[in-house]
Amino acid sequence: MRILKYLFILSTIFASSISSAGTLVVNSNQSGESSEAGFNAYVAAFEAAHPDIDVQVNLTEHEAYKTAIRNFLVAEAPDVAIWFAGNRMKFFVDQGLFMDVSDVWADADLNNIMSSSKASLSVEGKQYGVPWGYYQWGVYYRKDIFDNLGLNVPKDWAEFKWVCAMLKKNGITPITIGTKYLWTAAGWFDYLNLRINGYAFHMGLTAGKISYEDSRLDAVFDAWRELIEPGYFLEDHATYSWQEAQAPQINGEAAMYLIGNFYVPTLESAGVVDKMDFFQFPPIKPGVGMYEDAPTDTMHIPSGAKNVVDAKKFLAFMSDPSAATNWAKMGGMLSPNSLADAPTDRFQQMGFAMLNAADGLAQFYDRDANPDMAKAGMEGFQEFMVKPDREAKVRARMEKERRRIYGE
Amino acid sequence: MTFWQRNQLRIAPFYFLAPGLMLFLIYVIYPIIDSIWVSFHEWNGMSKDLLKADGTPKNWKWVGFGNYIDLFQDEDFYVAFFNNVRWLILSLLVIPLGLALALFLNQDFKGMRYIKSLFYFPFVINLVVVGLIFAWFYNPKYGLLGQAFSGLGLKPIPILSDELYATYGIIFASFWPSIAYTMIIYITGLTGINREMIEAGRIDGASGFKMLWHIILPQLKPATLIAVVVTIVGALRSFDLIAIMTAGGPWGSTKVLAYKMYEEALFNFRMGYGAAVATILFLLMDIYIAYFLYNLFKNERGAK
Repeated sequence: MRILKYLFILSTIFASSISSAGTLVVNSNQSGESSEAGFNAYVAAFEAAHPDIDVQVNLTEHEAYKTAIRNFLVAEAPDVAIWFAGNRMKFFVDQGLFMDVSDVWADADLNNIMSSSKASLSVEGKQYGVPWGYYQWGVYYRKDIFDNLGLNVPKDWAEFKWVCAMLKKNGITPITIGTKYLWTAAGWFDYLNLRINGYAFHMGLTAGKISYEDSRLDAVFDAWRELIEPGYFLEDHATYSWQEAQAPQINGEAAMYLIGNFYVPTLESAGVVDKMDFFQFPPIKPGVGMYEDAPTDTMHIPSGAKNVVDAKKFLAFMSDPSAATNWAKMGGMLSPNSLADAPTDRFQQMGFAMLNAADGLAQFYDRDANPDMAKAGMEGFQEFMVKPDREAKVRARMEKERRRIYGE
Repeated sequence: MTFWQRNQLRIAPFYFLAPGLMLFLIYVIYPIIDSIWVSFHEWNGMSKDLLKADGTPKNWKWVGFGNYIDLFQDEDFYVAFFNNVRWLILSLLVIPLGLALALFLNQDFKGMRYIKSLFYFPFVINLVVVGLIFAWFYNPKYGLLGQAFSGLGLKPIPILSDELYATYGIIFASFWPSIAYTMIIYITGLTGINREMIEAGRIDGASGFKMLWHIILPQLKPATLIAVVVTIVGALRSFDLIAIMTAGGPWGSTKVLAYKMYEEALFNFRMGYGAAVATILFLLMDIYIAYFLYNLFKNERGAK
């Protein structure tokens, strides 16, 4: 009898936890101290505003999340999943795994307050997610080294090459980079291509509509070669991860690093942030607009979500300026909410100003292109950066992969 | 007599085999067949039931030998294949090296146990840690090897980012734990050696290498067998060290078949293509295992 009683109690507890309409399951990739704190702050603010809803967060490490999502979206969909804008989102939209949330955009006035991110969250005119943060890419440089050598921030390509030459002459590695995990090389390709061929061409290329052997790309590889052949990039960069490539700059042996704003916390903990500054990737070809890489992180409602009503409230809560501000700030991101407070950190301020003035925003090579194309492309970029004489072969291989993936 | 009583002796073995057979069917045979089946399709790992507007499955498409044709035209596949061959051949060095260490450690004096346990150490460490340690060791700027080169006034070789050396660098790292493993196998084998035979050999005037070759080694044959199998299977599925030390790079030059399979299936969303790589790897292993079993049975029959 006693056992039966316990069983009864247990079963009622179990049943109540399932039937309670107020539980919202959120799968998060916000691992790492500051990211986690930022997201928790958003959840806490949401729960305070909606005391009847209990948010249950399942945290997965950032990299592992990328493979886990394909399983959980199909097998055990949460009510909200954090993900990325652009092609990465479109993949799941095409699979019918993300819900159309255009109504959230309309009801919460996101169409106005997040207009700058709208395009990257739209597929055929409908919105499939809500952005929560984005960040800038650009050149982080050692201001103390520049000052010592009397160098100014380069305003165009000729000046940029001259700065590199001067640094090299003084025994400083002009540009640090670690290409072991490939994507850092794609940052260079993105910027060279955006500055030389512009946004439409770049997006066409990453969408698989333009050949990698197209003659317009010759100039991109030529410009890249102008930095590779004189040895302006860190030696043996294919050995290092992006984190390992920080060391030369922190030690004062390298001057510049083309990277995203997620670099700043390392600079702070290494105690060199006061010696650092930031500049926008210089223009190369006159008449081409200033387009930037600004990867956007997002929230989506999986099609299998059980608590859609509350999930939409959770997404719509991004329209709350203070909640949006806090999450972005603590997570080291810029808020896509135009009502959010302007950032106080100086790197974020520079990024904010730069991105607001940008002529267009790309996500990043491996977020704009298909995963298998991105992999083949980035391996090619890495090989080219080490063996520039193999340009023709490398581009032929990328083109072969593009044809296989996109047909034609 | 009932049917059961008449045939009890003949049926009983199957009852005992049934649980094991069931597990074998579910966890070994079924996945193999399923992988081969998947390898004839184009599949991105998402739901197979999802339909396109025209009623055909969206994510799942029969392509026959398409994946294999692609595979044989894929430069990466040959890179991976020949890297596997390098792993296979070089890994065999581990066996004599392990034997040498085992013979060296097979001496009796005070404290030998502690010394032995030090030699077991690399086998106990997780391969991920081994990979990290060696990656640091090879680091041309801050690593020990780089320092040694600079100390000699030479320019450090960036082992892991040089397409010529990277695979050898990883294989060398794999030696560290695998030598310890073959050594353990041989030390166990050495404890089972017949002392009388050694003495008989000594009376007949055998010593040194002769003793080793004619008396010790034949008795270590079972140990050698296990060492060879373990080493070869280990070489064919080498994966963890590659993932940690180079992630398949520089530009894919250290990939092996197992790594390529993982990358195609889990990163590039090409399950069918990944399954085709797996099938090829499976066939390679099969050829080897069949050859190995054939020899084994032949020898056993000879011994009887």
